[in-house]
Amino acid sequence: MSPNPRLDPRLPEGPIATAWQRCRESLPLLSPNRKQGLRILVVGSGLAGASAAACLAEQGYRVQVLTYHDSPRRAHSVAAQGGINAARNYANDGDSVERLFRDTVKGGDFRAREAGCHRLAEISGSIIDQCVAQGVPFAREYGGTLANRSFGGALVSRTFYARGQTGQQLLYGAYQAMLRQVAAGRVELLCRRDMLDLIVHDGVARGVVCRHQLTGALEVLSADAVLLATGGYSNVFYLSTNALKSNATAIWQAHRRGACFANPCFTQIHPTCIPSGDLHQSKLTLMSESLRNDGRIWLPLRPGDDRPPAAIPAAERDYFLERQYPSYGNLVPRDLASRRARELCLEGRGVGPGGRSVYLDLAEAIARDGPEAIEARYGNLLEMYERITGDDPRTTPMRIYPAPHYTMGGLWVDYHLMSTVPGLFVLGEANFSEHGANRLGASALMQALADGYFIAPATVTGWLAERASGGPLPADHPACREALAAVGARLEALRRVGGSQPVDVFHRSLGHLMIDACGISRRPDRLTAAVDELEALREKFLQEVGIPQEDGLLDGELTKALRLEDFFGLADLMLRDALAREESCGAHFREDHQTPAGEAQRDDERFAHIAAWEHRPGATPIRHSEPLVFRSITPGPRSYG
Amino acid sequence: MGTLSLTLRIWRQDGPGEPGGFEVFGLDAVSTDLSLLEALDLLNERLIAAGDRPVGFEHDCREGICGSCGFLVNGQAQGPQRATSVCQLYLRQFRDGAVLTLEPFRARAFPVLQDLAVERSAFDRIIAAGGYCSTNIGSAPEANALLIGREQAAQAFDTAACIGCGACVASCRNASASLFVAAKLAHLGQLPQGQPERRHRARVMQAQMVSEGFGSCSSHLECEATCPKQVSADWISWMHRESWRRA
Repeated sequence: MSPNPRLDPRLPEGPIATAWQRCRESLPLLSPNRKQGLRILVVGSGLAGASAAACLAEQGYRVQVLTYHDSPRRAHSVAAQGGINAARNYANDGDSVERLFRDTVKGGDFRAREAGCHRLAEISGSIIDQCVAQGVPFAREYGGTLANRSFGGALVSRTFYARGQTGQQLLYGAYQAMLRQVAAGRVELLCRRDMLDLIVHDGVARGVVCRHQLTGALEVLSADAVLLATGGYSNVFYLSTNALKSNATAIWQAHRRGACFANPCFTQIHPTCIPSGDLHQSKLTLMSESLRNDGRIWLPLRPGDDRPPAAIPAAERDYFLERQYPSYGNLVPRDLASRRARELCLEGRGVGPGGRSVYLDLAEAIARDGPEAIEARYGNLLEMYERITGDDPRTTPMRIYPAPHYTMGGLWVDYHLMSTVPGLFVLGEANFSEHGANRLGASALMQALADGYFIAPATVTGWLAERASGGPLPADHPACREALAAVGARLEALRRVGGSQPVDVFHRSLGHLMIDACGISRRPDRLTAAVDELEALREKFLQEVGIPQEDGLLDGELTKALRLEDFFGLADLMLRDALAREESCGAHFREDHQTPAGEAQRDDERFAHIAAWEHRPGATPIRHSEPLVFRSITPGPRSYG
Repeated sequence: MGTLSLTLRIWRQDGPGEPGGFEVFGLDAVSTDLSLLEALDLLNERLIAAGDRPVGFEHDCREGICGSCGFLVNGQAQGPQRATSVCQLYLRQFRDGAVLTLEPFRARAFPVLQDLAVERSAFDRIIAAGGYCSTNIGSAPEANALLIGREQAAQAFDTAACIGCGACVASCRNASASLFVAAKLAHLGQLPQGQPERRHRARVMQAQMVSEGFGSCSSHLECEATCPKQVSADWISWMHRESWRRA
C-alpha cells in the first residue's frame, strides 16, 4: 500500500450537517454566456446520466449524450423495481436526515465516507420534489399525499414507489427532461455508440473515442468535461439481474487511462431472484425486495423434504431469517439474507431443481390483507414470476435464490465526484459511491439522481470555472490520434484471432469462475487459484474466439468481445481486491474472517479505508488507500438481530 | 423440465433498404424453460461457430421493461401471449413441432435495420416535441404540496407504464402511433403538473407523429390487444377529445 498524491477526497471541513451547503456556496460560478461556450460530454443515459445532462443543459452548457442503446429510455435504470428512499418522515415514524444518514453508513458496514452519506440523506427530499414536479406518478394515499413503504435494512417507512416500476418512472422523468433540452438544441443525442477509450491530454480528460454500432465508424468526441454514468459491472458474473448489454468498458478504459478503481470486490448479491435453470438461460430476474415486506422466507425443517410446500405444516417449516434476526426478520439487509439462503442450500436444505432455492411465501399476507391488496402492491411482479416460471405465486410460494445485482465498487471519486483524472467525473453506480460495502434497498435510485440532478451540476461548474478552457481538442490532435489508433489496434487484434468460439462461451466460463471464487462467500486459497484460472481463460479467449467475417449490426460479436475483454481485466482486479481486504464487511464475506456466530467480522484497525487501485500497463496494479474517519458515528458491530 | 422442437422461419435482411427474405432454421430438443430470445441466442451461437452472421434482434433487459425487444411472431407483434413482450415469451407457450415465423415490425416510420431489428428513434422525437412538464431542476415545490388522489395517480401510472416498444404501431393497419402518443398525453394530462402545457402538448406531439410518417387511428383496437403493458385504447378517444377541447 502506498500513498497516492491524487487521492485527495477534498472532504469539507467543519460540522457535517452544513458541509454540503458550505461547499456549494464556496464553489465558483460561471456566467451564462461562458457556459454556452463550454461542451460537456455525458456517457450513459440512465438516471445519473440523463439527470445530469438535463440539468447541465438547463444551466446553458452544450451537452452531448452518448449511449449504446437505440434510445436513452432503454438504460437499465428502467428496470429498478422497488423504490427510492427519502428522509421526509411523511409516515411520522421518527425518520429524519440524521437517521437516513446513519442507516446508510451502518448499512454500508462503515466503509463509506460520512460526508458523502450525509449529503445524500440531505438531498433525498429534494429528489422527490423534483420527480413529482416532472409528473412521476408515485403511489398515493387516499387523501392525495405520497405513500411510503418500508424496505430492507430500515425500521422506518421512507421508500417512495410507483407500483413495482419505480426506476422506469424516474428514468422517464429524467429522459423527458433531457429530451426537452434536445428540443431546445442544448443536448445532442448520440445513440448506438460504445465508448471505447478516454482521451487524456496533459493529465486532463478531454474526450472519448467511440464506435458507432451500425456503421462501425470510430469517432472522436472532445469536450471540456467528461461525465461517466455508465452503471455497474454485475455482468462480470455472466448471469445477473443486469440487462444483457450492461458492461464495464467505459469505466475500465478510464481506469486504464489513470482513473483509480475503488473497492472493486464490493459487489452485491440480491437475495430475491428467480433461480437459474437451463445452461442457455441468459439472465436472472429480480423479484423486488419489497416482496419481503409481505412475504415470509422459509425452508422445510427436514432436509430433502420434497412434499409440495402447501403440504408442509407450519411446525415443520424453518422461517430462518425470522429465527436468526428477530427484530428485522425478513427485512435484514441483502447480504445477510443472501448468505443465509446460500448456506442452507449448501447444507442440502434448499428446494426446487438442484436444491438451489428457498421459498418466499405470500400466503399469510394474502389471507390477512386479501388478494386484491396484494395484487395492487405487487401485481406486475407476480405476473412476471408466473410468465417466467409457469407457477402462480398467488397459490404456491415463489422460489427465489440470490443473484448478482449491484456493484458498490467503481471508479474512485472525490467529494466533488471527480476521479483521479481531472475533468473526468463519475456518477451513479459507475462510481464507488456512498454505499460502502453494501447498499441498502431503494438507495441506488436516490444516489444516481442526487449525483445527476444536484451534485455534479454544482461541482462540474466549480471545476470548469477554475480553469481556462482551451476549447475542445481538434480531431487531429496527437492525444486524439493516439487514442483512436489504440482503439483501432484493439479491434484489429480481436478480428485477427480467427478462432471459432462464440464470445458467450467464454463469458459463461468467466461467470462460473467469478461467482464461485468471488461471489457471496470468499476464501483466500480459492481467490489465489482463481487469479491463475482467470489468466488461463483469458488466454484461451484470445486464441479461440471467432468474430464472423460478416458480423451482426446490433450486438455483434465484436462488440461483445470488446466488452468481455474488459470484464476479464476487471475480474482480475476484483480477485486481487478481495484477497487484499483481509476482513469481512458488508457484502464482502471472507470465510476466514467471521464471528463464531457466522457473522461478518470487520477489522477496523487495518481496513477502515477505501482501497483505490492504480493501473500499471504490463504490471500488477498498485493498491492505494484512503482512510475513513468517523466523527459523527462510532463504527460498531453491524447488528440486525 | 420438458423439451420441444421448433422450426423458425426468420426474416433475414442484411441492412436498411436491402432486399430480404425468410430463412428456415430447426431447433431440436430445446428446454421449454427457455425464452424465445434465449432460443435465438442458442441459434446464434451455432451460426457464429459456423462462421455465419448471427440473427439480428433488439433486446436488453430481458424482463419486459426496457422496451428494446419486439418483432412479429406468426404475424402478432410481441407474440401470442397477452401482456407479454417477446423477451418474456417462454417456449412452454408453444406446441412441440410448432413453426414460428419471425419478422420485423413493419411501419414506414420504423425502417428495418437488420433482420428483426427496426429503428424506432421516431418515438424519441415525438417525446422531444412536448412529452414533458417544462420545469427546471431545483425549482420544484414541496412534493406533498400537490395532492393527487389515489385513483388519479393510479390511472396516470397506467398510461405512464408504456415502454416505447412500438408493438402498437406494428399491429395497426395504419401504422399509427396513436396509442403511444395518447399514453404520454394521458399520463401528463391527468396530473396537475401537466395542466399548464396540456393543450400545447396534445397539439405538438400529434403533429410530430404525423410528420414522422405514422398513420391515423381507425379504431381497430389491435394496439390495445397487443400492448405488453396493457395501455387501454380508451386513451386514444381521450386524446381526440383533447383536440376538441382546444377548439
